[in-house]
Amino acid sequence: MSLQEHAFADVAEVRERLGATGYLADEAIATTVFLADRLRKPLLVEGPAGVGKTELAKALASAVGAELIRLQCYEGLDEARALYEWNYKKQLLRIQAGSGEAGTQGWQQAHDDIFSEEFLLSRPLLTAIRREEPTVLLVDETDKADVEVEGLLLEVLSDFQVTIPELGTITATRKPFVILTSNATRELSEALKRRCLYLNLDYPSAEREKEIVLSRVPDLPEKLAEALVRVVRALRAMELKKAPSIAESIDWAHTVLALGFDTFDEAAVASTLGVVLKHASDQARAIDQLKLGSN
Amino acid sequence: MNLLDRTVMFTAALRRAGIPVSSAETVDAAAAVGALGWLDRDAVRAALAATLCKRPLYRPAFDTLFDLYFPPRIGDGVSLDDPDADQSADGALGEDATAEPGELTPEDLEALRRALRDELRDALRDGDDESLRSLARRAVNAFGSAPGSSGRSWFLYRALRAMSAETLIAELLAALLGDQERGGLAERAARQTIADRIRSFEEMVAAEVRRRMAEERGVEAIERTAVRPLDDQVEFLRASQRDLVELRRQVYPLARRLATRLTARRHLGRDGRLDFRRTVRASLATGGVPVETKHRPRKPHKPELVVLCDVSGSVSSFAHFTLMLTHALREQFTKVRAFAFIESTDEVTRFLRGLDLGDMMARIAREADLVYYDGHSDYGRAIEVFAERYSDAVGPRTSLLILGDARNNYRATSANVFRQLCGQARHSYWLNPEPRAYWGSGDSASEIYAELVDEMVECRNVDQLQQFIERLLPS
Repeated sequence: MSLQEHAFADVAEVRERLGATGYLADEAIATTVFLADRLRKPLLVEGPAGVGKTELAKALASAVGAELIRLQCYEGLDEARALYEWNYKKQLLRIQAGSGEAGTQGWQQAHDDIFSEEFLLSRPLLTAIRREEPTVLLVDETDKADVEVEGLLLEVLSDFQVTIPELGTITATRKPFVILTSNATRELSEALKRRCLYLNLDYPSAEREKEIVLSRVPDLPEKLAEALVRVVRALRAMELKKAPSIAESIDWAHTVLALGFDTFDEAAVASTLGVVLKHASDQARAIDQLKLGSN
Repeated sequence: MNLLDRTVMFTAALRRAGIPVSSAETVDAAAAVGALGWLDRDAVRAALAATLCKRPLYRPAFDTLFDLYFPPRIGDGVSLDDPDADQSADGALGEDATAEPGELTPEDLEALRRALRDELRDALRDGDDESLRSLARRAVNAFGSAPGSSGRSWFLYRALRAMSAETLIAELLAALLGDQERGGLAERAARQTIADRIRSFEEMVAAEVRRRMAEERGVEAIERTAVRPLDDQVEFLRASQRDLVELRRQVYPLARRLATRLTARRHLGRDGRLDFRRTVRASLATGGVPVETKHRPRKPHKPELVVLCDVSGSVSSFAHFTLMLTHALREQFTKVRAFAFIESTDEVTRFLRGLDLGDMMARIAREADLVYYDGHSDYGRAIEVFAERYSDAVGPRTSLLILGDARNNYRATSANVFRQLCGQARHSYWLNPEPRAYWGSGDSASEIYAELVDEMVECRNVDQLQQFIERLLPS
């Protein structure tokens, strides 16, 4: 049965195929993704903003040739927008259109009609469960959602089934590959974490970050990339409100390239600092500690 | 003992270290390793981390225990699969040393030390983790041990001193920077790189020393001393400098977490009263049937916070955190006023604005008027001064938060004035960084004040602070 199919044969293959889509995975990432595939468990990815959590899900989807279905979490997200909803307006129209038919027969007919597939609005979770083709379900920024949504996720993710009172229980014919991301603005519940494999994505090592920057900005000379990564790491070591992320290193690389700097010196850093540091106090601190102000 | 038993022992050790691991997760761990096999140690580590270690906070303890329970090698570690170590330039020396370090002459040892240091310099320059690890092993082997009362003992300090990586910094800088000019950006960035590499080397040495100790005395004996307490359990009053940096990192996410929690509470649900006009209006779209109800927004709750904070030497590291927390919470409350006191009280709200934390602390120490006589805490006087100058700060919507150990140096408590202040406020809470058992002992006036405030809370670590705030804020 398709349920038992595994997308990857070994860890090296995970690395290779993610690499082919432009996502450079390190050992821990590749191993964890491999396990999530093998054990058929949801993967919870946690880490600071901009280290490539969402990117991992996208890369994975394109590596295994699956469609990405995304559930973006936010405050106040509820069942109606995560799972399914009845299309009230259309149901109402149907009832009004059929109000000419008299008696119980008409009502029975209308009742059966309005709680059918046609009036069901499928939201991401239900869509992912019902799909027959390979699917990657991305539940993005899970920490932003309310605690109640976690309860809903628990049910869906542990059994991969949804019960709709009027239609019955819908079970996944093909379990989707589930990735949850979180910025850790709040602790997710123990129950949810227990059901997931956990991957903590942090800022990468200097070598890996250099590779990432070079793969995203291939025109950048290697020497500049190395200098840039070193400065970014020095920035991260400071106590800043918001440390620069990988995404911002890449932006910085684009900027440096576009402005045509050929050395990454004090002047170049000082004039483009706004690309990576987005608080005035962070900038002041960086200028002070890197002694950029002197020239 | 087979590897499965070892895994179960490992999960037991994790639980002893305060990391919650359920039996279901243990089963997952076994299944994960089953899927990967035991061949690749890093893969095993990743598999166990993915199934057992689900907060970044737990990771250092997890890694330490993993190295103890699944050591990369046993004994001197130069046999069988590790021929590279002995084939290198100083191979002969290395081999002698690993065989019987005690029998080397001092000259030989010195030569070995120099050779290792040269290798270390090259490895640090290239950032070559493999050879750093091999060096850590050989350095511990040659210099880290001393005969003890029962077998050999291993010492981190001896190994580190022999290698003294810090003294290589100048050479490394020269190598990394080449002919670029000194000072400024390039040097700063290079220094950071070198510092990172040296730190990781030192950690490798520490792990190696632990491994040798564990072999000598058994894993369980080492375990307790090897694992540092989890960050949210570190006591404020005893935090070391290194803990402080780590703790400081925790306060911002904590405040942010609290903040989202607060706003979530405010937005949650549609408990506002029904807005009849807008509901009818919206029903026009659905043929007069009110499918969606509309509600008036709820009146926002506007809490006010007044923080009264002891910043005397005895609780300075605690005060540091509470001020940081105040700083972070400032954006969430409509009104936050902060007051610091030692002997006298001064408002420090103005320092909270726009500055970063280091500057804030320095300016409070320099500019605020806190000392009257000898610079020892005087709660009685501080409370009187507060009541006299700022009693208008405390109103019926105010939560009053007092932070301090209530060690009053046997001075007057001004309990009456304090009772009045608490009466004015809507809530009053006292966070005390001392263990509850010490309250009221010696010069502590905790018991007197505890009766006057709504609640005096023991707040010794980040965990307790977090619990307190989650309980307090929604009200």
